[in-house]
Amino acid sequence: MLEISNLVKRYGHDEAVLKGLDLVVEGNSVVAIVGASGAGKSTMLRCINRLVEPTSGSIKLNGNELVNLRGGALRRARRKIGMVFQGFNLIDRLTVMENVLAGRLGYVSLYQAISRRYPQADIERAFSLMERVGIAHYANKRADELSGGERQRVGVVRALMQEPEVLLADEPTASLDPRTSEQIMVLLQSLASELSLPVLINIHNVAQAKTYTERIVGLRHGKMIFDGVPADFTKEALDAIYGGIEAPEDGSSEAPPAAAGVSHDQA
Amino acid sequence: MTRPDASATAPARTWRKPPFIANPWLRYGLWLVVVVYLVWAFGSLPFNWERISEGLPRAARIFGGGFPPSFERGGLLLTGFKESFQIAILATLLGVALSIPFAVMAARNVAPLPVYLFGRAVIIVSRSFHPVIVAILFVAAVGFGPLAGILTLTLYSIGFVGKLLAEEIEEIDWGQVEAMRATGAGYMATLFYAVFPQILPRQVGLSMYQLDSNLRASAVVGIVGAGGIGGTLMNAFGRYDYDFAFAILLIIIAVILVSEGISGWVRKKIW
Amino acid sequence: MVDHATLLADRVWQRYDRKERLIRYAVLLVTMMVVYWAVRDIDIFWPWVWDAPNQISSLGARMWPPDPSRLAAIVNAMIETVHIATLATLLTIFVALPVSYIAAQNTTPNRFCLWLGRFILVSSRSVNTIIWALLFVAIFGPGVLAGILAIMFRSIGFIGKLMGEAIEEIDRRPVEAMEATGASKAKVIAYAIVPQVMPAFFAIVILRWDINIRESTVLGLVGAGGIGVILQGSIDTFAWPTVATILIAIVILVLIGEAITSLLRRKVL
Repeated sequence: MLEISNLVKRYGHDEAVLKGLDLVVEGNSVVAIVGASGAGKSTMLRCINRLVEPTSGSIKLNGNELVNLRGGALRRARRKIGMVFQGFNLIDRLTVMENVLAGRLGYVSLYQAISRRYPQADIERAFSLMERVGIAHYANKRADELSGGERQRVGVVRALMQEPEVLLADEPTASLDPRTSEQIMVLLQSLASELSLPVLINIHNVAQAKTYTERIVGLRHGKMIFDGVPADFTKEALDAIYGGIEAPEDGSSEAPPAAAGVSHDQA
Repeated sequence: MTRPDASATAPARTWRKPPFIANPWLRYGLWLVVVVYLVWAFGSLPFNWERISEGLPRAARIFGGGFPPSFERGGLLLTGFKESFQIAILATLLGVALSIPFAVMAARNVAPLPVYLFGRAVIIVSRSFHPVIVAILFVAAVGFGPLAGILTLTLYSIGFVGKLLAEEIEEIDWGQVEAMRATGAGYMATLFYAVFPQILPRQVGLSMYQLDSNLRASAVVGIVGAGGIGGTLMNAFGRYDYDFAFAILLIIIAVILVSEGISGWVRKKIW
Repeated sequence: MVDHATLLADRVWQRYDRKERLIRYAVLLVTMMVVYWAVRDIDIFWPWVWDAPNQISSLGARMWPPDPSRLAAIVNAMIETVHIATLATLLTIFVALPVSYIAAQNTTPNRFCLWLGRFILVSSRSVNTIIWALLFVAIFGPGVLAGILAIMFRSIGFIGKLMGEAIEEIDRRPVEAMEATGASKAKVIAYAIVPQVMPAFFAIVILRWDINIRESTVLGLVGAGGIGVILQGSIDTFAWPTVATILIAIVILVLIGEAITSLLRRKVL
């Protein structure tokens, strides 16, 4: 269970990017986070695994506070949080297998990591996960020889290799063509239920969010203005989240009136 | 926590990183070659450990004697640097000017084959020899002093600038040359109107770069007697005047940094 | 008529505008003045200059034909020269990599390390190999060791600077991904940084080896081992035909070195 409460993030002395966010994700639910560029989606996700330092607030994963961890404790916490990136973030010059096994870096020793002598259990897990997503035959290919969809599958498998307790996906489909991005969404959805894993997906594509997730959270200017099931995600909600994105400065301090009706539909 | 049970059905699989060189004979052969070479190389070098162990106290004495650097003989320092500058400037001017005919000779697309081979040979030979070797030969031929230094660095500039310029000429836009020929222009007119305008901007940048590297080189050709600050440095070392030698070194470093900065700035302005 | 004259005047064709031309003339004037000063002030005995072509061709005549009688000694000295270049390049790697790591803006642990790294690189680069050799010969006495150290101390700056630039140009995203898996600093370097800079590393080391072959041919002139020792000896004894043989050997060595480096570049990269 992931509990975020009153999360604030401010870069320097600028206006805060996240303004007191609260979010609870339980069990194996797939949550889509939608919002315009700059709404704070990516920052929120990166606060969870502390790639971005939160300014204040609390983030608890299965009861453990993440916000004030340091050094080794932070690394042990991070290995329980898988992350899938928009740009795949693979190491291009290494093979698919090495990229996948990189997900175990938090567990193995430095010698094992450098000599690539991973435990047998890790290798078997890697093969079975790669078979599950259909890339096992690429094991010894270089990562940059793969197509976009295949590369993102490698990214997903790498995150799952961490045996995560929560999976974060930062715009996992934004760099892919429509068909491949549907496939990746189906994959994330089914993996979540197979592995009973909560998944948080930042996503621009509202149609995909409605189809493949069971809960949608809408952010605007660092505040949550929608939280509900896809069926409740109406035209008004869409306008409230994306309305006036041509000029994101205006009305930044308060949500547009339409938001009042849709926010806190469901806690 | 959640292991997919697919692994239960699949047979145990292993994975090793595929080696960089697939052929095992070649792979281990190369390792063997490297190891044998290292053993041979280290074994064949005559290290005299006694003398090396004497070196550390000597290093301490040298550095102790070198600090603080002494700028007392500033006049000598100034004369040396002035001569280095003069050598660098004249050699750059001569070298850059002479590199143009040699570059034309060494460019396959504008020079006939015998001329091309001659031009290439000059450039290859002047690039093979370190300026210090060339300097020692010129000192032997024309005697000690800045003349040997100028001749050395001129040759050095011809080799470096000539090679780059020849490559530049080989890559020019040929259409302009054909256009000039179509107007009935002769060989020289074609060179001046269709070839040189295309390579001249590059040439200005290269000259600045060459001035900078000639200034560096002029500091060392003096070590073998070809004039400039290098001679002053060599003398200071020879007379165990380490504090003066370190002062010279510091100024050399400072001058090189400044000239590198200036030449970089000018090249950025031009390009 | 007047109208016509001004019209004509307006139509004078000019390559550059006024300000550009002023700058050009100023640069030209300054250059001429500097050259004039250099020619007038330099300490050259001019009759020698006019005599120089004669002297050079007479030296060339004395060198011909090359004398191969000391070929065995020359070949041995050549091998020593190659050893100096190779071993020095190899040893440099171990020093240059940590320095480049702390001198790259995106990997340096703190400001102090950054400036320390940059200071090491600048001082190594600004002192010529032969001056380093002079220093090490003064410390360790004449011999190969001084030569290897001299080449190393110059190469650290070269390899370190270029590697530092390669590290600064890496893609940040794999680094972020590795950090997100909970990997320690050392593992992030091994997985996300090392593979990205590997091609640059090989290219830089091969390039420097090629340069070092050339540089190590002159070390002997200040007593730091290699072919230069024999060259200096032959010049001192006016054995010009032997000098010619050595010069030919150096050209061959440099050409072989260039062939090897271009082969390595094609195979490895």
